[in-house]
Amino acid sequence: MNEPARPSRRRFFKAAGAAGVASAVPAAASAQQHAPAHAETYLFFNPAEAAFIEAAVARLIPKDETGPGAMEAGVPAYLDRQLAGAWGTGERLYRSGPWREGTPSQGYQLPFTPQELFRNAIRALNERHGDFVKLAPQEQDKFLDSLHSSKEDLGGVPASVFFESLLEATIEGFFSDPAHGGNRDMVAWKMIGFPGAYADFYELVDQHGLAYNSAPTSLAEDGRGRIHIHPVAHTGASSSAGGGRAPAKER
Amino acid sequence: MATRLPETDVVLLGVGLVGSILGRELTKAGLKVVGLERGEPRYTVPDFQGPAMHDELRYSVRKSLMVDTTKETYTFRNASSETALPIRRIQGFLPGTGLGGSAVHWNGQTWRFHDADFRMRSHANERYGREFLGLEYQFQDWGVTYADLEPYYDRFEYLLGVSGKAGNLGGKKIPGGNVLEEPRSRDYPTPPQKEPYGSALFRKAAEGLGYHPFPQPSSNLSRPYTNPEGQTLQTCMFCGYCERYGCEHFAKSSPQTVILPVLLKDRNFTLRTHCQVQRVNLDSSGKQATGVTYIDAKGQEIEQPAKLVIVGLFALNNVRMLLLSKIGEPYDPASGRGVVGRNYSYQTTSGVNVFFDEKVNINPFMRSGACGTVIADFVSDNFDHAKLGFLGGAYIGEVMSHGRPIEFHPVPPGTPAWGSEWKKAVVRSYNHTSVLNIHGSSITTRANYLDLDPTYRDAWGQPLLRMTFEFPENDVKMSAFCTDRATDIAKAMGGRQVVPSPRKRPYTTTQYQSTHNTGGTVMGEDRSTSVLNRFCQSWDVPNVFVIGASNFPQNASYNPTDTVGALAYWAADAIVKQYLKSPGPLAT
Ligand SMILES: Cc1cc2nc3c(=O)[nH]c(=O)nc-3n(C[C@H](O)[C@H](O)[C@H](O)COP(=O)(O)OP(=O)(O)OC[C@H]3O[C@@H](n4cnc5c(N)ncnc54)[C@H](O)[C@@H]3O)c2cc1C
Repeated sequence: MNEPARPSRRRFFKAAGAAGVASAVPAAASAQQHAPAHAETYLFFNPAEAAFIEAAVARLIPKDETGPGAMEAGVPAYLDRQLAGAWGTGERLYRSGPWREGTPSQGYQLPFTPQELFRNAIRALNERHGDFVKLAPQEQDKFLDSLHSSKEDLGGVPASVFFESLLEATIEGFFSDPAHGGNRDMVAWKMIGFPGAYADFYELVDQHGLAYNSAPTSLAEDGRGRIHIHPVAHTGASSSAGGGRAPAKER
Repeated sequence: MATRLPETDVVLLGVGLVGSILGRELTKAGLKVVGLERGEPRYTVPDFQGPAMHDELRYSVRKSLMVDTTKETYTFRNASSETALPIRRIQGFLPGTGLGGSAVHWNGQTWRFHDADFRMRSHANERYGREFLGLEYQFQDWGVTYADLEPYYDRFEYLLGVSGKAGNLGGKKIPGGNVLEEPRSRDYPTPPQKEPYGSALFRKAAEGLGYHPFPQPSSNLSRPYTNPEGQTLQTCMFCGYCERYGCEHFAKSSPQTVILPVLLKDRNFTLRTHCQVQRVNLDSSGKQATGVTYIDAKGQEIEQPAKLVIVGLFALNNVRMLLLSKIGEPYDPASGRGVVGRNYSYQTTSGVNVFFDEKVNINPFMRSGACGTVIADFVSDNFDHAKLGFLGGAYIGEVMSHGRPIEFHPVPPGTPAWGSEWKKAVVRSYNHTSVLNIHGSSITTRANYLDLDPTYRDAWGQPLLRMTFEFPENDVKMSAFCTDRATDIAKAMGGRQVVPSPRKRPYTTTQYQSTHNTGGTVMGEDRSTSVLNRFCQSWDVPNVFVIGASNFPQNASYNPTDTVGALAYWAADAIVKQYLKSPGPLAT
């Protein structure tokens, strides 16, 4: 396996800047545009990795007229927690050799845990393409696009595999319950109209075409001891704006 | 050295759906039964409660309730010419683990097969002639007919409390039910579930084309129901977290809700969880089982002697257990000899997406696991195959079971995989897309089979099961034909874009298709082509009974579990009424 490459001191400071200390990097840095109000405390990512991840997810799911993007939704924090935890170290991953390259039908056959996969690939990317975080958004998009179809070896990880893993995990972080660190304030659910952990549509399912516009519910939120067991009528219970469970019927 | 325990009358391998039913029937017959389950004990309260249960990441994506593949998995290849490699992260099908087995996190789509399915070889010969399909196809008769199993289907459905509408009551056709089904002796225990919006659009479109839509039979209940075991189920709330989840509402039929509370109170029953069965032990003649060896939670090897051994480990694991225990001759695809692992088949599924205008709110999250509307006009041999060149068929329906966004965020073809365009397409499509499901049969061939892997092992040092599978030509044709029929209906549903995806080769383990793995311990009347006789009893070791979808000689259009449950009651009946009176082979 490759020698673990350490980021140079210079790159380290640059990266740290991109991650949080916005004023330390030139105004053109796109990561800066998406930087959170306060620096994230990362458990797994080192500053150089964090800089790469923040810049990349901000392009994979950008903030635009449809609403906040992966950066605003806290996807880097989600990725960090997942990588630091059980999934990162190979939860439910069969890890006995021999290791061989498989066919696409045989699925993932690399010897790396997600921690190893992300670390090796980002290290190689930062070594070879360290200016990624400083590129203009369109240039970053071009680079990510090239990774998607690239066979480049990133510390043993094919670039396309790394790209697919990053995209998949970014989408997970965007749409999973905020309890996992992403989808902050349920922004992704609000954007598409998904009600989250809410559990009872018995009274609504046959109101065909209903415009359901109640606020979503998160696992973290249900401190009210609500138990959704009996089909009690929600209709008319509360129609106050926002929190009510009596959505207007549209058609 | 293994610790040897006192002998018991019966040992159950696995306490999932099959184990729970056999445990109940055999303790009722006065036998002492020990149930060995590899996973955890778990119950509706506290283990399946909301809101924690409604965590898509934990249950759907990380697969918290499924087999722990750090310890054991399967190896896979598309053809014998390839080297099989381990499925390192299970995705394509999801065998469960823990008390209640996969029947905790199933969807509850509850279907009876047709008589033509049970008599597939004889029926095809009679209707289309012997030469209709090539010699590579090894489909065959089950040794039981629909009429044999009807009383056992009935029993199982009344245990579950299935919600549906009969379309054929003792020969009398009832419009609005499945008029193409085989006759049933009485109606479903509970009426159909409510019909969601997309399903209603499907029903109107299918009716307009002259088909016969009806509500899908569902084990997510339409109203409270008390079953013959005295267990009460509640009304399903359409929460949208069913498949891959336990039900917090006591509304999905599962061993936990329909039978375990009674079984676990029975003094004749002993449950041991965290026990990994290694093999069935045989005496020196190899014709009599003496019990099983398992590894307990502390890692100790334990021998549990038993007079009768019931294998109910889920289809793929049943096959592996017989191979590890050297019960029956392993199948060899080169010579065509041997039976264990022969006739592995699956389910040939496909889909059609209907994208609507943004003013049409489909609300995909208001769903139950088995709600929706289907047609059976292209199931099994309900339509003439003479000019089609394939056998089998599919049910077609709008049976979406959820709108959980990590798994479900459809976009029209041509949309980039990420970036702003992707995001806009997700927002535009999410609540305005309906998906039709084409759930098709799977024929058996000489080349598709299961055996033990020569290289890869589980955490206890035993060989993994090796799967060799590719979609047979017959099924690719079937899928193209049935997906076309679904596309016609989809086009009549009023959407702005219809996108069909018929099933194509290669079969891949990276995309979830179904956990309807079938065959490998096939039942039948000819011991040269079956592992079990028609009572699910081993031809070679008569005090071993094997029950599961592994008994299917090929797979039908429908989901397997109603038939697995019927076979469980059928085998239990044969054990209690015949075998116990005179232990020995029940068929020759
Ligand atoms: C996600 C999903 C959705 C499904 N939806 C449907 C549906 O809608 N309709 C339908 O008809 N079917 C459905 N099924 C299939 C259904 O769950 C199975 O057909 C049914 O559970 C089979 O029952 P079984 O007893 O054979 O296996 P299981 O219920 O899986 O029980 C087998 C038990 O054996 C245990 N076991 C395995 N190996 C060992 C060992 N070595 N030692 C000890 N114990 C062991 C397992 O832990 C498990 O508890 C679905 C399955 C899944 C996974």
